[in-house]
Amino acid sequence: MDFPIISSLIILPTIGALFILFTKSSNSKYQSSKYVALFISLANFILSIYLWLIFDKSSINFQFVENREWLSGFIDYKVGVDGISILFILLTTFITPICVISVISTIKHRLKDFLIAILIMETLMIGVFCSLDLIIFYLFFEGGLIPMFLIIGIWGGERRVYSAFKFFLYTLLGSVLMLIAIISIYWISGTTDVEKLYEIGIGEQYQKLLWLAFFSSFAVKTPMWPVHTWLPDAHVEAPTAGSVLLAAILLKMAGYGFIRFSVGLFPIASEYFVPLVFALSLIAIIYTSLVALMQEDMKKLIAYSSVAHMGFVTLGIFTMTQQGIEGSIFQMISHGLVSAALFLSVGVVYDRNHTRLIKKYGGLVTVMPKYGIVFMIFALGSLGLPGTSGFIGEFLILMGTFKKSFLVATIASLGVILGAAYILWMYKRVVFGEIIHEEIKSMKDLKKFELLILLLLAIPIIFFGLYPEPLINSIETSVTSLIDNYNTNLTQSFAKK
Amino acid sequence: MGYYILFLPLAASIISGFFGKLIGDKASQLVTSLFVSISAFLSIIVLYNVIATGYSENLIIATWINSGSLNVNWSVNIDPLSAVMLVVVTLVSAIVHIYSIGYMSHDPHKSRFMSYLSLFTFAMLTLVTSDNFIQLFFGWEGVGLCSYFLIGFWFKKESANKAAIKAFIVNRVGDFGFALGIFLIFYLFGTVNYNEVFQQIPNILDKKLNFLGFNINSVDLICLLLFVGAMGKSAQFLLHTWLPDAMEGPTPVSALIHAATMVTAGVFLVVRCSPIYEYSELALSVVTIIGMVTAIFAASVALVQTDIKKIIAYSTCSQLGYMFFAAGVGAYNVAMFHLFTHAFFKALLFLGSGSVIHSFKDEQNINLMGGVWKKLPYTYSLMIIGTLALTGFPLLSGFYSKDAIIEFAYLSGNNVGTYAAYIGIFTAFLTSIYSWRLIFKTFHGTYNNSEINIDSMHESPPTMLIPLIVLAIGAIFAGMLFKDLFIGKELSYAFWNSSIKFLEPLSTDHPPNWFLFLTPSLVVISIPLSFYLFVRNLSVVDEIVKINKPLYIFLKKKWYFDELYDFIFVNPSKRIGKFLWKQIDGSVIDRFGPDGISKVIKNFSARAVKFQSGYIYQYAFIMLLGFSVLLTLLILV
Repeated sequence: MDFPIISSLIILPTIGALFILFTKSSNSKYQSSKYVALFISLANFILSIYLWLIFDKSSINFQFVENREWLSGFIDYKVGVDGISILFILLTTFITPICVISVISTIKHRLKDFLIAILIMETLMIGVFCSLDLIIFYLFFEGGLIPMFLIIGIWGGERRVYSAFKFFLYTLLGSVLMLIAIISIYWISGTTDVEKLYEIGIGEQYQKLLWLAFFSSFAVKTPMWPVHTWLPDAHVEAPTAGSVLLAAILLKMAGYGFIRFSVGLFPIASEYFVPLVFALSLIAIIYTSLVALMQEDMKKLIAYSSVAHMGFVTLGIFTMTQQGIEGSIFQMISHGLVSAALFLSVGVVYDRNHTRLIKKYGGLVTVMPKYGIVFMIFALGSLGLPGTSGFIGEFLILMGTFKKSFLVATIASLGVILGAAYILWMYKRVVFGEIIHEEIKSMKDLKKFELLILLLLAIPIIFFGLYPEPLINSIETSVTSLIDNYNTNLTQSFAKK
Repeated sequence: MGYYILFLPLAASIISGFFGKLIGDKASQLVTSLFVSISAFLSIIVLYNVIATGYSENLIIATWINSGSLNVNWSVNIDPLSAVMLVVVTLVSAIVHIYSIGYMSHDPHKSRFMSYLSLFTFAMLTLVTSDNFIQLFFGWEGVGLCSYFLIGFWFKKESANKAAIKAFIVNRVGDFGFALGIFLIFYLFGTVNYNEVFQQIPNILDKKLNFLGFNINSVDLICLLLFVGAMGKSAQFLLHTWLPDAMEGPTPVSALIHAATMVTAGVFLVVRCSPIYEYSELALSVVTIIGMVTAIFAASVALVQTDIKKIIAYSTCSQLGYMFFAAGVGAYNVAMFHLFTHAFFKALLFLGSGSVIHSFKDEQNINLMGGVWKKLPYTYSLMIIGTLALTGFPLLSGFYSKDAIIEFAYLSGNNVGTYAAYIGIFTAFLTSIYSWRLIFKTFHGTYNNSEINIDSMHESPPTMLIPLIVLAIGAIFAGMLFKDLFIGKELSYAFWNSSIKFLEPLSTDHPPNWFLFLTPSLVVISIPLSFYLFVRNLSVVDEIVKINKPLYIFLKKKWYFDELYDFIFVNPSKRIGKFLWKQIDGSVIDRFGPDGISKVIKNFSARAVKFQSGYIYQYAFIMLLGFSVLLTLLILV
């Protein structure tokens, strides 16, 4: 067997975490922990780039598959990647070192534990994106909540317990249902191997219920309206790096899940529930955009905007068109970068002025001109300006949607207007204008490490906006095969009737 | 050559934007002005080649988006239409760059300003040289962004920031329609490249679609949706509200973006899509009607404004209306001709007013000026040239283009066109009145400014005046020189070639002689009339205002559009947003969702706690009870 590259990607951060755990913490500055975390996360990023390069983009099969027996005859440890999952792995390995840099420069309290949480989180997230067995997927998927729960609970703000609890309650319900569904699939089909399930399919009569069970879990994590209210609270209480992980990667698990499992395993039910998903997505887009308009807290505003942007994602996936699904995947990657950048930007001023209230700012550009520029780039990415990655995703999604329904595409496009309104209005109140609060005058412009991480995010946002080909190219084959498979299933089912 | 035209401004923008601090303000100004001037020079060569040899070329730079059947390239597409736009954009831009060196000499952020100007130029060039709708959209929003930056350039001014956001959002409303138009094109043809789309149009003429409950012909729908975009960018009636506010930006910006180039993008779009519009009578009528309504509406508002820049802004709005109704009656080349001449005289007027504002130390109210024509002789005479050209005084450039529009509208042979012609004539008269009002109130009569001593008034520096002279030359001769090429009976078809489509050649009839003389005579008469009204006998105007007070206030308030939109869109959005947040998210979802559940659990566990009393007899009793129930059940079953 070849070098187990996928398992290495999964396990490497955990090894790093163990290493940090067992190093002596006598040094109050945790120097060694910092280096280990940074080194490991960078190594993992390089490894994933390597994986991306040697990955065969023209094949429709899962690649680098590893299959090991775990509980004999019941659960296999099976992992592998296709064009879709590889992008999410890249996103994860790219965001993690950024979080590490941000954390080692800003967190003082229990730094070591924070780094361990981030690395464990990375293991679990990568696991989610390459699991080819439902049970394994479930373990990684739900396991991902634990570090997040801890990050909010330990390093969070004043109302952290309330937020963590709310977060937990919401996700619990979905998780239980999904677990039941996975066990049912095992009963029905005798396997939880995703590749095999794709092949043999799942009986039509079971699909709707199973779809709903998976949906309840994914909808909460996306989050879709009306189960979105945990997200603003979680973001507000989470420390900056926590918000970044949450927005950039955690939310993408659900979108990925929709593509891989809801659409892949239950095509007939997916088709049946398209109207439901469209309706909820549209509500998410318009409703949360309007709510975002009125937010007084910057983080809440960005959190609500995330819900709106993820509304586009769910919309695009269920158009079942090449542009729609590719747009959705692109939008998730783009939103991963943009929302991470926006939360980091808020973190920058929060570290200096200890408030996130918009009205406490104003005139920042006078004292922080560099900050003004990078923050503007992210705002533009968020509102989907052509030339940023945000545009490609949204535009492709809407193009795909338009093929399905003029009405839905028209309503969703209205969200693009609102998307410009809330972000520019916030930017104006925070960055432009006269300085009215004395504290602002003493604020220093970006430090070197802050500029570094923000530029690291700004560059791909612009690059992939101008040249999205590398990303779209690697998902093209997988998406085509997904849609083909979907359509074959529908025609067969139609023929039977 | 196309690459250099396009990328020199971008390079200039990057150099002065990122390295402005390093190389200093002087170097930034020099680099940007130089690069854009070279770009302008090359554009003129390109246009010359197009005229002389019929040169056209589509340079593909790289793939942009490639998703399924959607293939979009970055391209530099040069044909007669884009060549004309190249010249207009780069030439005016170069002039404005040079002018800005003088105008912004007291501003602390010179290199940032120059960087924005160059970036704008680049975005505008990508817009005009696109070979597909999505790159067009890229340039379209790109110029919108630069306009946003430049309107809000003085970021400390609350009003400037508000105006910048308003411009961006109103344009987004237009872009919403535009984007839907692009989606529809892709839906129908599976491509967004101009040529492929234009070729397929004749195949779908009878195709009907059900769009949001309307049963509509698909070609009509494409045209109408695209036109919504054009209305936003070109500040047409209903979506015009951002343009007057955009005057918050520095004056060179108003000249470049809000007069000569960006706002004409809408006209360019309609002309570019003439192979689609030609097949849609409905859309052409709508374009004509919106154009003529805008023309007269904006002129009526311009009559009573007192801010020198706002008057010119409304005038721009009105002239754009002319261009649209020219396009609407099928005279696309005439629309382009007016676009071309208008760029010169309107930029001249704006930059001239900039010179006035500069001399008055940032005063913009024409009621606080007057009597300074001897103090500002160059500015004064250059503004006069601009005004003559704008009003269509015989032999100056506006005369050829505007009268051609009115003539072709008259000859179009349909009712809408005839109305447009008469409204065009009346608007020309109004144009003349408000333009001369501006000149007379600014330069003649008594000196009305108490804050600045008239003796301290001085002419602007040469860096500001020389660009004006170049524009003045254009304003005088552009019409005469390019008339045959743009709208001549034979030459123009050869020139435009396939870049503009005419299903049927334009009418070659002559309108009646009285008609031909009507507009020029009104224009000439209006000069002494305005002089009488605004210099000689001010009481007449006061009297008119007094009698028509409600009308005056209606015009002064710009037909109450801002108030109306606040009432219909802005405030309700905020109110609904607040309601959804506090009431639905807070009082419904959270209350019955997580908070509710946790309350239930709390109650439940509070009760459960009572069971753990610690008394053995209670536990024993419960156990016994349970056991007997279980036993009973077993026996029964």
